[in-house]
Amino acid sequence: MGKKKNKEVMANVLKCIRPYWFFVIVSFVMAAITVALTLYVPILIGYAIDYIIAAGSVNFAAVWEIMKKIVIVIVITALCQWLMNVCNNRITFGVIKDIRTKAFHRLENLPLKYIDGHSYGDVVSRIVSDVDQFSDGLLMGLTQLFAGVITILGTLGFMIYLNWIIAIVVVLITPLSLFVAKFIAQRTYTMFHKQSETRGKLTSLIDEMIGNQKVVQAFGYEDDALKRFDEINEDLNKFSLKAIFFSSITNPATRFVNGVVYAGVGIVGAIAAVNGVLTVGRLSSFLSYANQYTKPFNEISGVITELQNALASAARVFELIEEEPQVPDAEDAVVLTDVDGRVEMDHVYFSYTPEQHLIEDFNLKVKPGQRVAIVGPTGCGKSTIINLLMRFYDVDEGCVKVEGEDIRHITRKSLRENYGMVLQETWLKSGTIRENIIYGKPDATEEEMILAAKASHAHSFIKRLPQGYDTVITEDGGNLSQGQKQLLCITRVMLCLPPMLILDEATSSIDTRTEIRIQKAFAKMMQGRTSFIVAHRLSTIKEADVILVMKDGNIIEQGTHEELLAQNGFYANLYNSQFAV
Amino acid sequence: MKSLLKYLGKYKKESVFAPLFKLLEALFELFVPLVMARIIDVGIKNQDISYILKMGGLLILLGIIGLVCSLTAQFFAAKAAVGFGTALRHDLFHHIQSLAYSEVDTIGTSTLITRMTSDINQVQSGVNLFLRLFMRSPFIVFGAMVMAFTIDWKAALIFVVTIPALSVVVFGIMLISIPMYKNVQSRLDRVTQLTRENLVGTRVIRAFNRQEEERKLFVDANALLMKVQIFVGKITGLLNPITYIIVNLAIVVLLWVGANQVDQGIILQGAVVALVNYMSQILVELVKLANLIINITKSLACTKRIEAVMQMEASLKENNTTDVENTDAEDYICFDHVTFSYKNAKEPSLSDIHFKVKKGQTVGIIGGTGSGKSSLINLIPRFYDVTEGSVTIGGINVKDYPLHQIRTMVGIVPQKAVLFKGTIAENMRWGKKDATEQEMMEALTTAQAAEIVEAKEGGLNELILQGGKNLSGGQRQRLTIARALIKKPDILILDDSASALDYATDAKLRKAIQQMDPNMTVFIVSQRSTTIQYADQIIVLEDGKIAGIGTHEQLLSSCEIYQEIYYSQFQKEGRQNG
Repeated sequence: MGKKKNKEVMANVLKCIRPYWFFVIVSFVMAAITVALTLYVPILIGYAIDYIIAAGSVNFAAVWEIMKKIVIVIVITALCQWLMNVCNNRITFGVIKDIRTKAFHRLENLPLKYIDGHSYGDVVSRIVSDVDQFSDGLLMGLTQLFAGVITILGTLGFMIYLNWIIAIVVVLITPLSLFVAKFIAQRTYTMFHKQSETRGKLTSLIDEMIGNQKVVQAFGYEDDALKRFDEINEDLNKFSLKAIFFSSITNPATRFVNGVVYAGVGIVGAIAAVNGVLTVGRLSSFLSYANQYTKPFNEISGVITELQNALASAARVFELIEEEPQVPDAEDAVVLTDVDGRVEMDHVYFSYTPEQHLIEDFNLKVKPGQRVAIVGPTGCGKSTIINLLMRFYDVDEGCVKVEGEDIRHITRKSLRENYGMVLQETWLKSGTIRENIIYGKPDATEEEMILAAKASHAHSFIKRLPQGYDTVITEDGGNLSQGQKQLLCITRVMLCLPPMLILDEATSSIDTRTEIRIQKAFAKMMQGRTSFIVAHRLSTIKEADVILVMKDGNIIEQGTHEELLAQNGFYANLYNSQFAV
Repeated sequence: MKSLLKYLGKYKKESVFAPLFKLLEALFELFVPLVMARIIDVGIKNQDISYILKMGGLLILLGIIGLVCSLTAQFFAAKAAVGFGTALRHDLFHHIQSLAYSEVDTIGTSTLITRMTSDINQVQSGVNLFLRLFMRSPFIVFGAMVMAFTIDWKAALIFVVTIPALSVVVFGIMLISIPMYKNVQSRLDRVTQLTRENLVGTRVIRAFNRQEEERKLFVDANALLMKVQIFVGKITGLLNPITYIIVNLAIVVLLWVGANQVDQGIILQGAVVALVNYMSQILVELVKLANLIINITKSLACTKRIEAVMQMEASLKENNTTDVENTDAEDYICFDHVTFSYKNAKEPSLSDIHFKVKKGQTVGIIGGTGSGKSSLINLIPRFYDVTEGSVTIGGINVKDYPLHQIRTMVGIVPQKAVLFKGTIAENMRWGKKDATEQEMMEALTTAQAAEIVEAKEGGLNELILQGGKNLSGGQRQRLTIARALIKKPDILILDDSASALDYATDAKLRKAIQQMDPNMTVFIVSQRSTTIQYADQIIVLEDGKIAGIGTHEQLLSSCEIYQEIYYSQFQKEGRQNG
């Protein structure tokens, strides 16, 4: 099965390389020329040496001729090599650019289910480090695999051409090198595996203990932590020593095998020379072949492991690229215009996983301009409603309607344009404050923007920032307080001010003053608009036209404040508990 | 650099033997072309097969000795490097643990972790590589030249020219390309940032229908990355062709000079072969040397980062290491005009904080974000030292307690509910090493966490994943509270540690804590006014200053900020029911 998958990945990789076919061909031709000429040089040198026989019997004219030849050959070789490098660069970096772009494009229309179900780190590493790993493997594969194979074949050919007996000696001794390398690699693998396992353990301990040093110190746990650390550190010492030692055997061992090949060629070659079968110059060509013959074998085995890693990485990237995208808009999907905010949920069934039923047969009718408050303890699944309204997720059964139209028959774009959303997780883009405010309406004028900022009480704090509206926000709004970030998110919606709103009131980490401002901004936005509010404040809840009470992902009660109190159910209990001691 | 060298001190023998044996190996390697020259010039010339076999045997012997030397060297190098890494890791961990809150704040935990892990690994492999190669590679390069001189000085002069030329190319390309890789990295960072941003902000991006624009941004950033990668690739791609030309040109010249020398009878044919051989050896070693230098540079950068941590001194000094008996002062905890600023901060986080607490009292602390609530309570177990004024417990300045004593006295539940990988019981034992199961259950019950344990199949032995990932926020908070309660501390500090609990559980928790021990002094920091409403004293903080102090009723009638907070959460009806 793994092999089949590898094949599929390979096919995918080839598909990505196809647009660069011209470079691939040039690269291969150049590689072939480079290798052939590189192998030709030792022969030329050998010829030259054969003309340098002894005192007084040096054929200078012939040597001079050969020297000219060598110079021409090496210049051509270098040029071809350079061209090959340039082509390989273009192919590799072009391919990874294409793959990254493809992956990112897919990211933008993946169903939310995928994004929510995978950690960000996982997806980022697919697009960034996996692609990098793949590019390393691809570059190495391109530069070394092909060249390596031709080198081996070429060397063999030239050797047989020069003297087949010595060629056989080389061919017979060489597998020794492969055998040694394989033997070592196997030993090393288990050791490295153990090393990385132990390293992982140590890192996670460090992560916990240093990452939470304050707790460690508060409980005086330092000595115990050090003891646990030392235990793993000692293990790591043992495994690392073995792993490093075994892996560093490879080089000397292959050098040794190389030396044996060299000696073998020397002995057999010298005897052949004594018998007059071989000249000294040819012997010298052989010796330089013997020196480089085992190299491509080792390189190829390195390339193969690298390629395997690269394929594994590529598989992970392609997995993302081939992930099923969200259901496209229906062909006859309508574009919502002139919305006045009528929303219905009609016999809705929904769950994230089939095993766990969440929302069952839920009905709700919201008239234009009404306020719907969603309440319930933390983690009760209030965001599920948002997911369904915005069509981040599709319902399993039943339907959600806006203006009487099933939202699955409305284009996503127009549906979402008609909602203004302020979530608890305040997300801002890296960029200026201005760019963030006009995010939903890039063609807004300066006046419109400032007006929106004033309306949401954000203007005053923005003005006090060092560069005002042009202040650059670092990733995730690191240089702003939580409240300021929230105000910016509100401003962003305020500028578009669509007919329907989805708001999350949670302001747990915001100081009182800012909170009052945010409330005012919310109130202003909600005037005359259908709003869904994840409510945390009694006043909001009491003023709502409908309250949805959620628990464990389910909507368990629905009604106005008075109705729900009269029911004396979960809501009544929740409400009263706020004042119990 | 120097300060870390002491870790090699324990491995003096290994650190000397490793390069030494490597040197021996190189030496034997250098003999090979000479032996081959003898085979040609003596063996073949005189048609002496037994001489050829003898010399051939010598070649293999040289190979075996070389292998043995090399293996010995690799072993010593590995042993020294790994030992170095292990000892350094131990010391650094120990050192980091001794750092106080304020140093950890300045440097940041995530970089401490990288320094502890990848930086040390990099230094360790740098040491290993250094021990193996720093003698060998230069030795072969110059050794080849010296050998060439023993053969013929005229031919050797070609080496004298070629080696610097090759060095300039190899190191030059390296020096030019290294800074460019930084550029590559920063553009890759941008690509990463966009990807991450698009994952975190998917909902907002889709809500505003901005997918197309985001794609464009990504495509641009990606194209920029490719451009710089190809540019760097073009430059590094020059290395092989240029060095190839230089070495082979040198060989061509060598042939010409060799031809002349042979013609004049100064050297023999085999010597020319040997000279050509030496020339090819140089290139391989120079490239290795260049890689070694790249590696060492990286390791040195890491060394500096590690040293920076090592040189950090814990700012908290333990003035006293023997336990002290605290007096029965009437005011158990006193803040005497305390001012406190974080290191490098422009403005103090707390200024002129002055209050007294009696033993067994419950103190509520309320105020907005950044008003100094957490800073205030962190001064009690002396996580930070005050900048001015003093904090005393039981009549004794906190600076005069040994650290372990004061931290046993104080049980703190931090804002971030941190649990560790291991069983629930193991986590509970952080508070008390020899806690019995019964003690654990008591503490868990008080913390309203008994139901969590009971619901788990493994009970107290249920495994908690790293960071408590398999528990909800509220569950984690209750377990961390239990962990502090099991200590039966004299002073209990809850730093906004019930924020994820619903109001009912929060209320039950407070009640249970009150009933635990009448002598336990309790500090409760909260954003919720219900949580602290019934405290004996409530301290209202605003911008690091006390804006009001007193009971709920007193503050409600006199403290404007308290009123603002209270009514924003309760509106008017809160009062009727309250």
